[in-house]
Amino acid sequence: MELKNILSAKRTAVLKKWFDVILESYPPNTAEFLRTQKDPFANPVGHTIFEGMEGIFDELLEGVDSHKASVFLDNIIRVRAIQDFTPSQAVLFVFLLKKVIEEEVGEELRKEGLSEELTLLNSRIDKLALLAFDIYMKCREKLYELRAKELENRTFRLLKKANLVYEIQEQEAESRN
Amino acid sequence: MAKGTPKPDELSRIDYTPPQKEWMDTPVKLKPGMYCWGAKAKNLQAVGFPNARDWTPADEDWKLPENWEWTVLEGIYDRLKKYRSFQLFLDICVRCGACADKCHFYIGSGDPKNMPVLRAELLRSVYRRHFTFGGKLLGRIAGARKLTLDVLKEWWYYFFQCTECRRCSVFCPYGIDQAEITMMGRELLNLLGLNIDWIQGPVANCYKKGNHLGLEPHTIMSNIEFMLDDIESITGIRIEPSFNRKGAEILFVTPSGDLFADPGTYTCMGYLMLFHELGLDYTWSTYASEGGNFGFFTTNEMAKRLNAKIYAEAKRLGVKWILGGECGHMWRVVHQYMDTWNGPADFLEEPVSPITGTKFENAKTTKMVHIAEFTADLIRHGKLNLDPSRNDHLKVTFHDSCNTSRGMGIFEEPRYIIKNVCNNFYEMPENTIREKTFCCGSGSGLNAGENMELRMRGGLPRANAVKYVHEKYGVNMLANICAIDRAALSTLMDYWVPGVGVTGVHELVANALVMKGEKKRTTNLRGEPLPGVEEEEEEGKEEKEEQGG
Ligand code: SF4
Ligand code: SF4
Repeated sequence: MELKNILSAKRTAVLKKWFDVILESYPPNTAEFLRTQKDPFANPVGHTIFEGMEGIFDELLEGVDSHKASVFLDNIIRVRAIQDFTPSQAVLFVFLLKKVIEEEVGEELRKEGLSEELTLLNSRIDKLALLAFDIYMKCREKLYELRAKELENRTFRLLKKANLVYEIQEQEAESRN
Repeated sequence: MAKGTPKPDELSRIDYTPPQKEWMDTPVKLKPGMYCWGAKAKNLQAVGFPNARDWTPADEDWKLPENWEWTVLEGIYDRLKKYRSFQLFLDICVRCGACADKCHFYIGSGDPKNMPVLRAELLRSVYRRHFTFGGKLLGRIAGARKLTLDVLKEWWYYFFQCTECRRCSVFCPYGIDQAEITMMGRELLNLLGLNIDWIQGPVANCYKKGNHLGLEPHTIMSNIEFMLDDIESITGIRIEPSFNRKGAEILFVTPSGDLFADPGTYTCMGYLMLFHELGLDYTWSTYASEGGNFGFFTTNEMAKRLNAKIYAEAKRLGVKWILGGECGHMWRVVHQYMDTWNGPADFLEEPVSPITGTKFENAKTTKMVHIAEFTADLIRHGKLNLDPSRNDHLKVTFHDSCNTSRGMGIFEEPRYIIKNVCNNFYEMPENTIREKTFCCGSGSGLNAGENMELRMRGGLPRANAVKYVHEKYGVNMLANICAIDRAALSTLMDYWVPGVGVTGVHELVANALVMKGEKKRTTNLRGEPLPGVEEEEEEGKEEKEEQGG
């Protein structure tokens, strides 16, 4: 309970710092753009990341419901899965939250005798990280699936026609027998 | 573990801030998923393009001709003389940055070399070094650099990461059009046989067979025949269009994608049904069987060669004017280039709608009318019997294709049509539509499979706006008037906004169109039950059961 209160009070500071360290993974000009452009349609990446972070943070306070957390994680990872990142870089942002929380409230929590709760919090973040890997893999698999599906759409009519021909041949063969 | 992957305990300590290097010092690295396969020898040969050989972009050796630097520099020189805009665009940029964050590829990737201003600098820096006094003298201080193999590879990578959409030009105070610089860049690359096969294959096909897919006349006809069967089973009406018919009033030209690729095929069925209902005196051509023009993504000259068949066929058949289907770059070419390339089409008449008598004065010189204008005019004059409730299961938004919007200013007609054939229409946010529309991310010949990652990056801003109306209003259908959009956006939605389908505008028209003598329709063109039909059937069944019991 205590932990939740302390973290809630620091929500803005934690989110800001977390956002900053995530943006460090982009080139400086880009990070600046992602940070400052507030229009969600002109800056979908910055907007999506921040919104996802908010969701994940609030979820963390409540105890991480896999289903709900996945939605927020998915929004961010879907973006990073198609950007210039290795798999580990793409999901690193989850681990970075540990670092940010430690820096922002670690000392306070220990002073309040809440070390155990901090450990619990970290294990929740680990859970998020595992989810993140799964989501990343799904996004990458999706890219391959899309390729295959496009090919199918492009040739569907041809295939259908081929089947039709086949059907007719079959019927003819049948009527001959 | 893959090379460079950190161990778990290193993860939270890792510093992964990219090195703060100047762009000139960041050599290009070709990332799989971001580029297309190189043009094949046989496809380059087919149209007599230079340096025809099989090559692989991932290989160190691109099998360039000797003296390739000279070929490129000479190519720049020729184009500076030929195109005033090219020289102007290279000279007048003040690097104000207004365009920098307007490109969908930059917005989606965050890669600075996708900023339009920097994309131009890739070429401009070489221009400065070799063609300006200051650049020769001061070199790097003046933003100049020598043409090297690395530079060439960088050009190739990034000029095939620009969809020539022209969004950046809308925001540039000088109207600098990066699309034109990309076109020049691609022309220069073509001098060395460095195109991509996704473009070069269709070009070769189109040159030999008249369309990108390389369909022969009997295949085109039998495929349309196939659609006619579907239309008959849905409406009870047998349509009999004509092919290559001399003396028809109108020649109809559409992108060949509509003939084969779903969901474009439903749009094509829409054209067939509309024209039948009107009793239009028109013909298809199996020779001018492609409205699109992938030549446009190679060189100006090639685009002209491929475009020539449209007027040639109109002349051969003796039609009065040409009607064109839903396509993007086809219209950029028709609207901005066809007349100067292959005109004047003085053997054709100024187009007049035989149904409404409307003169299409905007098509006075090209003699080619966009089907959205044609249909909007029909609706305006009350010539179509429409039942929009057949589209009631749809909540529709409209994606302005880059070429029809920024290339020719078609904004209202498709919206007017949609609002007359659908009851639920919602706009995406203002800075993502009309002249500020975001590209699908797959234009200018980049709609291949091997560069899927690139396409998903480029399409992100578009998809993001769709997602917004999907979540806010429940939008479930993304309408457009472009064949490439129909294929590319379907894939894009699948990745970013599952649950949103993609349709051409004339598919919506045909579903709402009440045709003379049609049977009671129970499904739409995709064979899905029409709204209300399932319930009706259920009720019917229940009634019967009650009567029986
Ligand atoms: S033309 Fe389009 S794709 Fe090319 S740089 Fe400009 S905005 Fe980007
Ligand atoms: S907006 Fe125009 S002048 Fe400004 S940097 Fe871009 S291309 Fe150059």
